[in-house]
Amino acid sequence: MTGLPGELIASLGGFLERLGAMTRFAGQVLWQSPAALLRPRLVVEQVYNSGALSLVIIMTCGLFVGMVLGLQGHDLLQRFGSEEALGTGAALSLLKELGPVVTALLFAGRAGTALASELGLMRATDQLSAMEVMAVDPMRRVVVPRFLGGVISMPLLTAVFIAVALFGVQLVGVQLLGVDQGQFWSQMRGAVELGDVAEGLIKGLVFGVACSLIAVFEGYNAQPTAEGVGRATTRTVVISAVVTLVLDYILTVLML
Amino acid sequence: MRPSRAIDLSTGLFVLLGFAAILFLVTQITNREFSLRSETYRLQAQFDNVGGLKAGAPVSMAGVTIGRVESIGYDMNLFKAVVTLRIDANYDQIPNDSDASILTAGLLGGQYIGISPGGSDESFRDGDRVEFVQDAIVLENLISKYLFSQAGSRDSNAEAPATTE
Repeated sequence: MTGLPGELIASLGGFLERLGAMTRFAGQVLWQSPAALLRPRLVVEQVYNSGALSLVIIMTCGLFVGMVLGLQGHDLLQRFGSEEALGTGAALSLLKELGPVVTALLFAGRAGTALASELGLMRATDQLSAMEVMAVDPMRRVVVPRFLGGVISMPLLTAVFIAVALFGVQLVGVQLLGVDQGQFWSQMRGAVELGDVAEGLIKGLVFGVACSLIAVFEGYNAQPTAEGVGRATTRTVVISAVVTLVLDYILTVLML
Repeated sequence: MRPSRAIDLSTGLFVLLGFAAILFLVTQITNREFSLRSETYRLQAQFDNVGGLKAGAPVSMAGVTIGRVESIGYDMNLFKAVVTLRIDANYDQIPNDSDASILTAGLLGGQYIGISPGGSDESFRDGDRVEFVQDAIVLENLISKYLFSQAGSRDSNAEAPATTE
């Protein structure tokens, strides 16, 4: 009878312990970030790894998300006889929600897992310990540049995603379903404020910080076994997705 | 150094693409207009009711956008809304007895300010006030006015036969 409550308390304790460790880790990473910017070489390499290499999947998914949005939006709006509002609706939903959130989920799947498994494998093969022995701080040399690379990449990826998705909406809405092109763009321009674009980019940046941090934390603290690396990768995706969606709600409340 | 250069190149391409996308979002899908040469002058207009007019709404003459609404304030002494308009300096020949009215684009569209030219020989200058204004049409007022006039005319119709008899 005492098994279940005891286990619950233990798992709650484990959760709190992990949360505390992550907060401490986040503090360390943020503390070391300015110094890491002095060695841009390492950061640029990581922008390449998590940004440039994610570009293809981001653009492909963006195009299809936009095209689906065009189809669904057109189907819904024509019931009210206002197909021209497709541009406005698509632009606002992409900028405010779909763009940052889907980009973050894709980023966690493409770049987050790569970061976590790379760091986990470094841990499992004692490369991190070897660095410490050589008096190289693995935090500064390995973790922080990867974190910064992700943070820099995410807003840019978000912007690319939204731009490509709008192209997809336009492709389906205007070229395929015959919404008037002038109406499409002018209504969009009339309704979208600069603040909406800023909201999307801010969300992208915040999700970038969260997802990168989770990925490097899970990888850095992975169990040094094959199973541990696998588990770290899985946890990265799961935690990133949940945190992204929860943060999205909080940010929306703040900025609405 | 060869692979490192390839990395730099594609990173540069990625960053460029990202900023191009941001630029596209900022300039192409918002109503913000970034003109390099932004010579403008200000006009003021006082309205009893601005309806749903917002800062950033277009100011147009004959359907051509010649400026934007810069700000909307409330004057506590006049009990009127004070709207500041920013007009492109290219359009500096607007007669100073022109009138400004708050209009609605389409049935459910956003509101804007329409200026129709007057006949004066002198033009508006920076800081001038538009004397002749027409308030925003509030749909509820319009409907209630219509209903009351209907009710009123029915009453008078009912009375009219009585007096003639």
